[in-house]
Amino acid sequence: MTQRPVVLSVRGLSVRFRMPGGRVVAAVTDAHFDVAAGECLALIGESGCGKSVLASALLGLLPANAQTAGEARLGDLDLLTADERTLARTVRGRRIGLVPQSPAAHLTPVRTVRAQLAETVAALTGVRGRDALDTATRAAAARAAFPEDHLDRHPHELSGGLAQRAATALALVGDASLLVADEPTTGLDRDLVDRTVEELRRHVDAPDGTGAPGRALLMITHDLEAAERIADRIAVMYAGRIVELTDADTFFGSPGPRHPYSRGLLQALPDRAFTPIPGMPPELGALPDGCAFAARCAWATDACGAVPELTAAAACATAPVTTGGGLPTAAEALRTGAAPPPAAAVACHHPHMPEDIRA
Amino acid sequence: MLELRAITAGYDRRTPVVRDVSLTVEPGEAVGLLGPSGCGKSTLARVAALLHRPDSGTLLLDGAPVRHWRHRAPREVRTAFGVVFQQPRLSADPRLRLDDLIAEPLRATGRREEAPDRVAELAATVGLTPDLLGRRPHEVSDGQLQRACLARALVLRPRLLVCDEMTSMLDASTAAALVAVVEDYRRSTGAGLLAVGHDRTLLRRWCDRTVHWDDIARAGGPNPRV
Repeated sequence: MTQRPVVLSVRGLSVRFRMPGGRVVAAVTDAHFDVAAGECLALIGESGCGKSVLASALLGLLPANAQTAGEARLGDLDLLTADERTLARTVRGRRIGLVPQSPAAHLTPVRTVRAQLAETVAALTGVRGRDALDTATRAAAARAAFPEDHLDRHPHELSGGLAQRAATALALVGDASLLVADEPTTGLDRDLVDRTVEELRRHVDAPDGTGAPGRALLMITHDLEAAERIADRIAVMYAGRIVELTDADTFFGSPGPRHPYSRGLLQALPDRAFTPIPGMPPELGALPDGCAFAARCAWATDACGAVPELTAAAACATAPVTTGGGLPTAAEALRTGAAPPPAAAVACHHPHMPEDIRA
Repeated sequence: MLELRAITAGYDRRTPVVRDVSLTVEPGEAVGLLGPSGCGKSTLARVAALLHRPDSGTLLLDGAPVRHWRHRAPREVRTAFGVVFQQPRLSADPRLRLDDLIAEPLRATGRREEAPDRVAELAATVGLTPDLLGRRPHEVSDGQLQRACLARALVLRPRLLVCDEMTSMLDASTAAALVAVVEDYRRSTGAGLLAVGHDRTLLRRWCDRTVHWDDIARAGGPNPRV
């Protein structure tokens, strides 16, 4: 993983919404993560925890009352400070492809898939001439496995799976190095979920002919099964903060996640304990002091009155132990040098310890 | 007890979505109906909840045939059903505060005076705080709104619950919480359940009996799907 070039590098990203009456909603707080080429990072969490706001921030699509802090580097460009002209002309579609949450709503209802795809191809690739454009359009459809005989249909004539492929085809046209997929599987049935994630995975892995190690994919989802099938790494978000960052194998397999919230989410799955986490997530506009999960956590102690920092999970076999002394926090690592955030980290005062290392 | 016999239904008489489907929910039984998107399972659920009049076939509620659907159905038949849909945003009036949303069935049946007690009781059951009850749908998350929609379905104490993909928009924890609320209600009242969905693991875990659409629909019934 270390040899792969980092495509997106997010450091201390925060998003605040100013609301009427002087209220402030803390939608995203101090997010740190990297996504490398050929890698899929799944950002999971409950609805309303700030996942989609994070994606909108990367694309510069936040509403006017939003304020951002930190940085999100795509190559040498900081997405948070780039102006609208740069984002519109060089980033959206060209360097970041968006696979939308609801493809049927994302497509223009009154135009055929062919017309929309041809327009995108012409705008993004510089292909000119009727025949060349037609060939390029059909090639673009084929890349996302969209059947050619459905190209002349309107969006309402497509099934959910085909609309998803049409939207994916549009996202792939610009050959962007980063794909952002915002809940691409919501409302699809299991077979379609499997097919959608397999196709997304194929686009992550596919070398684009130049020997490059593929695309980077940031997938935002609340569907843990879809995340398990596609992701290399998992970032768990709770109340606007990333509370755990770990390998997908560690997360879904053994020893499992270390944050009590991540463990609770997994235990809520119908093929596991099927027991919900008690209570509900706090309002982003009225976050408690200290750990936002403490009110629902069975292990909460007095220490949880302070916000836990995202700490390298040195106890975890997959995490590289960098220093001999205490555990460096991600924030410290960032202050002391340009060190990337740890590959595995957890923000909790009393993370779960696997049995064998507790002794 | 709910019996659907040889139901044919759809939106165009020439190409019905549901053809000749039969399904029975015994008293107190939880039946899961599995099927892929677009197969017609939601249409069947709408027929079962008296929300869509079938082209042909018979629906028996506790042995008595139902002859009228939607607003034409007699109130005591209509209120025997509680329904929860997939998308809370589309099934909640955006102008109503959550407490009014939950109380709406009581108002519509002339039992307005029961509303304050019943809403408070149900809000606690589904895990909504008093602060959330004063908000409108755009001010709450999908999970919170679906909790209110479930409370609305339970407010008239139905004998049968129809849950059409109730949890597919929700995260794992909220899904498990809502299923637990439905099961608590069924344990205390003995209500029957028809749960429609495409998540095999979930329905097998939730229901007493799971039937697959292909096994109850006549061959050629489901729409061809790519």
